[in-house]
Amino acid sequence: MNDSMAARPAPLVTVTMTVNGRSVTRSVEPRTHLIDFLRNELDLTGSHLGCEHGVCGACTVRVDGDIVRGCLVLAVQLEGARVETIEGISASGEITDLQEAFVRRNALQCGYCTPGMLMCAAEFLRTRPSADREAIRDFISGNYCRCTGYHAIVDAIAETVEARRSAKGRGGHR
Amino acid sequence: MKFAPFDYVCTRSLAEVYDLIEARGPDARILAGGQSLLTTLALRLSEPSVLLDIGGLQELRFIEERNGAIHVGALTRHCELETSPLIAARLPLIAQAMPHVAHAAIRNRGTIGGSLSLADPAAELPACMLALDAAIVLASRDGERRVRAEAFFKGLYHTDVRPGELLVRVEITPLEKEWRFHFAEFSRRRGDYAMVGLAAAARGPGPLPEELRLAFLGCGDRPVRAREAERVASGSASAPRAERYSALRRALEKDLEPQSDPNASSETRMHLAAVLADRAIEALSG
Repeated sequence: MNDSMAARPAPLVTVTMTVNGRSVTRSVEPRTHLIDFLRNELDLTGSHLGCEHGVCGACTVRVDGDIVRGCLVLAVQLEGARVETIEGISASGEITDLQEAFVRRNALQCGYCTPGMLMCAAEFLRTRPSADREAIRDFISGNYCRCTGYHAIVDAIAETVEARRSAKGRGGHR
Repeated sequence: MKFAPFDYVCTRSLAEVYDLIEARGPDARILAGGQSLLTTLALRLSEPSVLLDIGGLQELRFIEERNGAIHVGALTRHCELETSPLIAARLPLIAQAMPHVAHAAIRNRGTIGGSLSLADPAAELPACMLALDAAIVLASRDGERRVRAEAFFKGLYHTDVRPGELLVRVEITPLEKEWRFHFAEFSRRRGDYAMVGLAAAARGPGPLPEELRLAFLGCGDRPVRAREAERVASGSASAPRAERYSALRRALEKDLEPQSDPNASSETRMHLAAVLADRAIEALSG
């Protein structure tokens, strides 16, 4: 432990990654985690910081196709990585139905947890779609909501699973 | 909270890692998946001067069978263990335990090497290593050495890793066909660290296990084999449940030293350990 060392800003590191399909290069302090990188360097403020130590899930984003805690990943670890945020998967239309179900079901109040919750729910829909409420609760257990009590969130996700399933049955795109 | 400043090196080879560990000394920390390390930095529990990122060393990321043993590279992620057909077929105890490790978003980045190096006494993988008698392989510039899991975990966040060494893989020889496995834990919420957990293995084609291994997590400063309970259990598998619980509970009082914390008192933990042992014997009896 050496206080003068600890206070010294570390040399910047240059990192290039793809964010929502766009290649970006920035020089950042090594201690910059992905969410500060997205919010402060790229003005992508949809990803939120709640606890900032990996517990609450508000910072959930995708790296190379899988959801991660954005506050537990350093920007400098992501050289060459592909990052997708709530802005990206909203614009692509991937979760339009899920977002509409969230509105219909009142699955948000203050909305702070919602981007992370949607990223998590999108992963559930993609990897293990099931309308089983226990399975949904289990999968979103790492994302905290302090307003809704989760019931409406589970409703919205279950409804989207069912809707996609019946659309598929009718030969729809989903 | 924000991390304190640190330097960062993206390492390209194991040789470079050994050089840097030596050059930067004890203030350097190895960054693998970062799911525990970055949490401790966010809580300012530690302030290393430099992080040595080994995340790009693909040679440490594999699950394969060599000479009858399953070798798992240190950078293998929890999600890869969870979905590996080889793990499901040959090391089903690990496959059973993985869904209990935190949440999907954390399993997507957390690594086995990181989890074992951290040696949290409430973590699932260390207890599995103990139950399966895994060999932990530590490498340094001078070569490799193998440490059995029971000798590797030495105390609270304390392992047998020496200065200059890096955990590079684990080697596990699957137990024979007649072994069966059971993993269970109690936690306040899904994905939380367990209050108490148990990785169990039992051998025997008959209704009662002839040989039993009980490796507890959350019941001391490290994962613990409950040898007295293992001995007692073999003789009490057919006893009535209430009797069996009492016998196991008495034995576990000798095996375990659970601590009290805001999640559970040591008394509660002892009770839950006996419940888990009792249920494991029930599940593992033919």
